Amino acid sequence: MEQQVWTFSDYLLLIVSAVFINNILLIRFLGNCPFLGVSRKMDTAVGMTFGVIFVLTCSGPLTWLTETYLLKPFKIVYLETLAFILVIAVFVQLTEIVVKKVSPGLYRALGIFLPLITTNCAILGTCFYNMRFKFGFLPSLIFSFASACGFGLALILFAGIRERFEYARIPEPITGTGIGLVTAGLIGLSFFAFAGLVK
Amino acid sequence: MIELLKPTIYPIIIMGGMGAIFALGLGIAARVFYVYIDPRIGQVEELLGGANCGGCGYAGCSDCAEAIVAGKAPVNACILAPPENIKKIAEIIGVTVEVEEEKKVARIMCRGTPEKAKRRFQYMGIEDCRAAALVAGGDKDCEYGCLGYGTCVKSCPFGAMSMGRDGLPKVDEEKCVGCGTCVRVCPRGVPHLLPVSQKVYVPCNSHDAGKIVKEICEVGCQGCGICRKNCPEKAIIIDKFLSIVDPKKCIGPDASCGGKCMDKCPTGAIQRIIS
Repeated sequence: MEQQVWTFSDYLLLIVSAVFINNILLIRFLGNCPFLGVSRKMDTAVGMTFGVIFVLTCSGPLTWLTETYLLKPFKIVYLETLAFILVIAVFVQLTEIVVKKVSPGLYRALGIFLPLITTNCAILGTCFYNMRFKFGFLPSLIFSFASACGFGLALILFAGIRERFEYARIPEPITGTGIGLVTAGLIGLSFFAFAGLVK
Repeated sequence: MIELLKPTIYPIIIMGGMGAIFALGLGIAARVFYVYIDPRIGQVEELLGGANCGGCGYAGCSDCAEAIVAGKAPVNACILAPPENIKKIAEIIGVTVEVEEEKKVARIMCRGTPEKAKRRFQYMGIEDCRAAALVAGGDKDCEYGCLGYGTCVKSCPFGAMSMGRDGLPKVDEEKCVGCGTCVRVCPRGVPHLLPVSQKVYVPCNSHDAGKIVKEICEVGCQGCGICRKNCPEKAIIIDKFLSIVDPKKCIGPDASCGGKCMDKCPTGAIQRIIS
């Protein structure tokens, strides 16, 4: 499955590509629900970012293992979607239970975001990309982490802009979600400037 | 035969097996990492207002419920909860409560519209009173009056406030619950919480000396004390050039005194509340 040996620069390119060029939120348009939902305040955006980074970094490799050692040997790759959702949901639930006991402070900060992350399509999408690009275990781990960082970058940038809307004079008909979508489109356009940086 | 059945049986075994193992794992984890949560917190939270207005001083209703159960907050901390809910909460906690305060509503203690109160300069910054107040102390000559950029209107969690055509915020008495959010966000403390039954008030916030008020605002209270002299109930006190009506002593504008305080005021700064 691993055609070539991955060098350090390959990993670096993978990270740059996942964070900037193929940003999961702005270029691939996955995970737009939390992008609009939790970006009203910087606090929630930061909380969501750390939640996604943690869950995605763990569930990327987990789903890779599931596919490689469970689905492929038994030739049931067509059940990928189902199996991935199951693995992600169970992982998130487990994390929630453990964090609640071990660190109530962290649970208060991240707790409400964890159930949201279960249904975040950025997570499932990245897991699929891992398989589509035929990554090995380590590249899939790096790609998952970098994708989550890209998600966080876009979300925090967006929240920073959105916080300023509070004090801006916005035309009446597009207040709220309307101006949010316009801004999201503009940030997405600006991220197109990275296209062509890496093949 | 078995070869033929494989594509059917494998998915069932694998997916079923995964499901069973995960369920078992989660079940065990839930036991091992069980956290006891006081069931009273949930009960109390249901009885609270549920608006997360912050009027109780806690971040939200669930925080307030936790504080009530822990004994850190009084059972009547929630200003939104009706008296019967407060009694139920007291039952849950196991204490008795008798306090039943009258409902308060926010009143805007300023009548200095752009025509009546002078402005020092033209403010062109972001439309927020807190920001405007940072620029050389605000654009209004009066250092106590309403700046009129609507921070209170935007922050009201109940939609009880609106910006009037005269450039001053208006409070809808029906919708206002007296949570005090507007009082907290206003950089000058212009909204005040007054009992809903109070019918006479002084809609001015200025503690400036009478001479200064006279120069910068047509409708401000100059603290001359004429209203105090004319009040038979001694319901008015003058605090640093500002007349304040004591709602406990004031008998209302239609009572035997005939509302003399309002008639005699030279600037009309003492007013009847029309709702």
